[in-house]
Amino acid sequence: MEGIFTLAPLLVFLPVLGLLINIAFGGRMSEKVIGWLASAAAGATFVVSALLAYALWAANGEAVTVPFADWITIGTLHIPWTFRVDTLSVTMMLVVSGVGTLIHIYAIGYMHEDVRFKGDPKRFRRFFVFMNLFIAMMMILVSGDSYLMLFVGWEGVGLCSFLLIGFWYDMDTLGRPSWANSNAAKKAFITNRIGDFGFLLAGMTMFWAFGSVQFGEVFGRAEEIAAAQPGIIIAITLFMLIGVTGKSAQIPLYVWLPDAMAGPTPVSALIHAATMVTAGVYLIARSWPLYTLVPDAQYIVAMVGAVTALFAATIAVGQYDIKKVLAYSTISQLGFMVAAVGMGAFVAGMFHLVTHAFFKALLFLSAGSVILGLERGHHHLAHHKGHEEHEEVFDPGDMRNMGGLRKRMPVTFWLYIIGTLALAGIFPFAGFWSKDEILLDAAKLHPEVFALLLTAAFFTAFYMGRQIWMVFFGEPRHAAAAHAEESPKIITVPLMVLAGLSVLGGALNLPGVHTFGHWLEHTIEMVEHEAHLPAWLAISWGGLNPLVALASTVLALLAIYFSWLIYGRKPLITGQIDPLKKALGPIFTGMEHKWYVDEFYWAVFVDRYVDIARFLADVVDWRFWHDWFHEKVIAGTYNWLSHIALNRYVDQKGIDAFFNGLGELTKRAAASLRRLQNGFVRSYALAVLLGVVLIVGYLVIR
Amino acid sequence: MIPLNHYLLLSAILFTMGALGVLIRRNALIIFMSIELMLNSANLAFVAFARSFEQTSGQPVFSGQLFVFFVIAVAAAEVAIGLALIVAIFRVKRNVDVDQMSSLKG
Repeated sequence: MEGIFTLAPLLVFLPVLGLLINIAFGGRMSEKVIGWLASAAAGATFVVSALLAYALWAANGEAVTVPFADWITIGTLHIPWTFRVDTLSVTMMLVVSGVGTLIHIYAIGYMHEDVRFKGDPKRFRRFFVFMNLFIAMMMILVSGDSYLMLFVGWEGVGLCSFLLIGFWYDMDTLGRPSWANSNAAKKAFITNRIGDFGFLLAGMTMFWAFGSVQFGEVFGRAEEIAAAQPGIIIAITLFMLIGVTGKSAQIPLYVWLPDAMAGPTPVSALIHAATMVTAGVYLIARSWPLYTLVPDAQYIVAMVGAVTALFAATIAVGQYDIKKVLAYSTISQLGFMVAAVGMGAFVAGMFHLVTHAFFKALLFLSAGSVILGLERGHHHLAHHKGHEEHEEVFDPGDMRNMGGLRKRMPVTFWLYIIGTLALAGIFPFAGFWSKDEILLDAAKLHPEVFALLLTAAFFTAFYMGRQIWMVFFGEPRHAAAAHAEESPKIITVPLMVLAGLSVLGGALNLPGVHTFGHWLEHTIEMVEHEAHLPAWLAISWGGLNPLVALASTVLALLAIYFSWLIYGRKPLITGQIDPLKKALGPIFTGMEHKWYVDEFYWAVFVDRYVDIARFLADVVDWRFWHDWFHEKVIAGTYNWLSHIALNRYVDQKGIDAFFNGLGELTKRAAASLRRLQNGFVRSYALAVLLGVVLIVGYLVIR
Repeated sequence: MIPLNHYLLLSAILFTMGALGVLIRRNALIIFMSIELMLNSANLAFVAFARSFEQTSGQPVFSGQLFVFFVIAVAAAEVAIGLALIVAIFRVKRNVDVDQMSSLKG
């Protein structure tokens, strides 16, 4: 049983193997082989994760560290690459590899069509290489035993996110030549960089205070440090929060996630909904020994999450792009999770992370299926009408172009309904149980967070209802929607698995049983907050508060009813403006335009940054440094020195003159000496004789 | 018994004749012969000194005679090379006048 843990490094190396094979031999393999190979690599990772989970269960959940390699040893800093297998990391491994495998399989079908609609089938292989790389990086992130290894994975998944958002880097989301997609990728990367800087500061502060970044050592000494210097822990946790707002798309750094929808839909599902963006939640849950020491920081985290949850939910109401709605929904749901782990409700947060991975992946992939269905319809039309119609710009992701898809795409419709009900938190779908746990913990701990989250839950149900009515009901508002075609089995079967998980996922942590809670207890110590609760909150049906559950369910149903009143009863017709716009006026315009946050950031940060950069480039760098300092001061002085002082005086008049004089002297001496060399042997002989006479004479006289 | 001084005087006369021959004559062969004359005057001096030393010390010493043999051997080699050079020069220039051989002057 112990031997199974030594398999942990395979989590990283199996996907790496898959991508290496695809890089080396993919050029000669068919799309099917490439796709299934990548899926098999991801699937094998899932098998390893499952084996680890089983071994961990057999070992009663005792955390195991698997040393793999020495990485850094500088002075007292010693950072090995160690795999940490505990209940928390195994949960993440299972989610990442499980959902990842399903999405890989889905992507075989999706990318097959996508690369043809976009007109570049050669990129099929690259997609799966990046996807496998992502799985490997995510595994490094969740299995690391130190903050530095976690950071390696953190940056690695950021890179994969960048690569995959910019997958169609030379076009926009509609396939027209433009840099829109690569700009979205850059936005995601740069925004994440800001967050990563916060993470780095946290790591450096941690090393400064603890002398280590290993989980074990840091957590072991956390209380001692907190007692001595409480500010340190607050600083670390808040710096970490900056990292979390970047990676997990919280206020104020969430702006990259909606733009990240430029990536292919499987990417949106895997990276920007189910796994990578939950890394921040994982980070806080992993750092629970630090966060539980500083309630102030916890409160800030919870408020950031709660405000984000509501803020993003309102924006989602005003969006028309099917994926943008889901993107803001993801931000909102991540807000729920961050609020939960911020409050100290780590189990609830992680539970929601897992169920959200199921139903949000399902929703994104179903949305991808819808988009493909419309693309097929559009393609079909263009094919029949001839090529002049092909020039028309058609957005297959715009919900205003949809309608009535229930009949054209029945399988996708039912899958979407399941995802929606799970997300809206309707009993007994997975989202109900996890969201309810968060709401209950919020009600017990911070009433204002509870209020924010409950409102956000209302909006969640509303925008999902709006989406369902707009996409699947009413009459088709575009010819492409009328000719939409259902997706093949390779796309729908993984969705059915996810749908099953979305229905049954709640069983992980049913009230009264709390399987998941007990599973995580091995890693995270539970703190009970039962102190003087009001009577209505104290009711507990095995951990489920009927009033809170009832309130959230009623609100969700009410929201769906409202959405039916507005969008379902009288379906939109082609070209009609959103009926909510009439009712809400400028508020809806605000939602539609994302509350102008991008414009605000642009005006306050980006433009100012460009101004500073321009000032630095034009004035400081070019005019001051280049024109004045380098050209005038350095080059001028140097030229004067070399041309006038050194060249004219020292070199020409000094050194040159000296050596020319030597040469001249030699020449003159040679000219006079040459006369002796007259070529007559006898005169030489005379010279020799005279020389001998002189020497002998000298010797004799001496 | 002829005293040493006489030998030395003869040797000096021979040497001076040889030296003057080298300095004055222009024919390479004559110069060569003059050189031989100088060498042999030196040989004469060697032998004379050797004998004189043998008589005064009373024991036979052959170092002077040995030197003479070396000088004769080297002179023979020198003559062989020198005559070969003269023949080679004669083939080119058709005479052996040393004053004509001044093409290496500075």
